[in-house]
Amino acid sequence: MAQSLDYLKETPSQTAGPYVHIGLAPGAAGFDIYGQELGWDIAGPNAQGERIRVEGLVIDGTGSPVKDVLLEVWQANAAGIYAHPEHPGAVEDGFRGWGRVITDFATGEWGFDTVKPGAVPGRNGTVQAPHINLWIVARGINVGLNTRLYFEDEAEANAADPVINMIEWENRRQTLIARRNETDGKVVYRFDIRLQGENETVFFDI
Amino acid sequence: MLKPGEFYQRDREWHPPAYVHNYKTSVARSPRQALISLENTVSEITGPVFGHGDIDAGDNDLIYNYAKSGESAIGERIILHGRVLDENGRPLPHTLVEIWQANAGGRYRHKKDTYLAPIDPNFGGCGRTLTDENGYYYFRTVKPGAYPWRNWVNNWRPAHIHMSIFGTAFAQRLITQCYFEGDPLIAKCPIVNTIPDPAAIDRLIAPLDLNATIPLDSIAYRFDVVLRGRRSTLFENRLEGN
Ligand SMILES: [Fe+3]
Repeated sequence: MAQSLDYLKETPSQTAGPYVHIGLAPGAAGFDIYGQELGWDIAGPNAQGERIRVEGLVIDGTGSPVKDVLLEVWQANAAGIYAHPEHPGAVEDGFRGWGRVITDFATGEWGFDTVKPGAVPGRNGTVQAPHINLWIVARGINVGLNTRLYFEDEAEANAADPVINMIEWENRRQTLIARRNETDGKVVYRFDIRLQGENETVFFDI
Repeated sequence: MLKPGEFYQRDREWHPPAYVHNYKTSVARSPRQALISLENTVSEITGPVFGHGDIDAGDNDLIYNYAKSGESAIGERIILHGRVLDENGRPLPHTLVEIWQANAGGRYRHKKDTYLAPIDPNFGGCGRTLTDENGYYYFRTVKPGAYPWRNWVNNWRPAHIHMSIFGTAFAQRLITQCYFEGDPLIAKCPIVNTIPDPAAIDRLIAPLDLNATIPLDSIAYRFDVVLRGRRSTLFENRLEGN
């Protein structure tokens, strides 16, 4: 036998279960325990850029909305900077770019307010179109699902985006594009996520 | 100069697959198309940063963090502690660890939980902490009870604590469950058994840690968590910024 490599194995994932809110958003579970819950304000009050809202449903393989899902959001600011020490550049005071999103238990509708992110660097000198990274956990999801939300009104940047272009099936690329609506001066993007079946959303192994 | 680079790929044969027939809820919630494998970009190697301003010192003590003054949660008092490491064996300091669980009777404080076991008025069922500079974390709580759930007609979850861990990158994000050594329900649980490799299941079973107990007060269980590790790369090859 050869020597053993002493790498550790990653801890295996388990479903977040139906009561994920108790741990990550106790207010949604129905009680108040922490001084402050985390992830309810993604951009903070000082963030530059266009204020937007994103709304959608997570839909299962039977076509029904998933009503107990929790999403996490990770995004750059409007200048394309992530609030992280490995990304050079500064973000506005109070901008974290991370959030937690809970569905309405009756309808499955979810939504969050943020600023539209800017383009961020890609690999090997490329540029990635503005996008929001999403991580989806719920009962019945054994390993959290990663996807990306791109913006309908960034058609030129999307056409050049190296990640979108890596998706072999052009019809599937559309599952990552949020549709823009403006009502009463408010900008709302619609982004429905289909876990399975027709128009199944593209999920990534990141 | 060596710098941390891209993450090792996730071993998808070690993690549970999306679709597991015996865990019925996964049937309609599992993607059928293959995941698109993405080489790391700045979007994946970054992630939210948390600090002591985000949490309170008592948030990691579930026996008292929801109890009325002078009272405490009912149940077997336990310490759940361990380290958060990466696949290279390096500790992950200052990373956020959040837990949630049923009370000692197996009931969750959640508007959707209707199990007949009673709510403990002094137990909320969640806690959070940051690992210290050595990647070490510590919770005090009560041992959760087993509870029934609708899958087959007579399924019972083994006692378990749900755990959410961040690391430093969105690519490391992980939710898992911690079970307790010696529980006969572990082997019977369709959720545990979504994991194909028995060696991987063992990694979710916290052993009794008598050396860490507080005599005449609390029993201890040890649960180490491993998040994805990173290659070392030359400075010139750094991904971000370009
Ligand atoms: Fe549970």
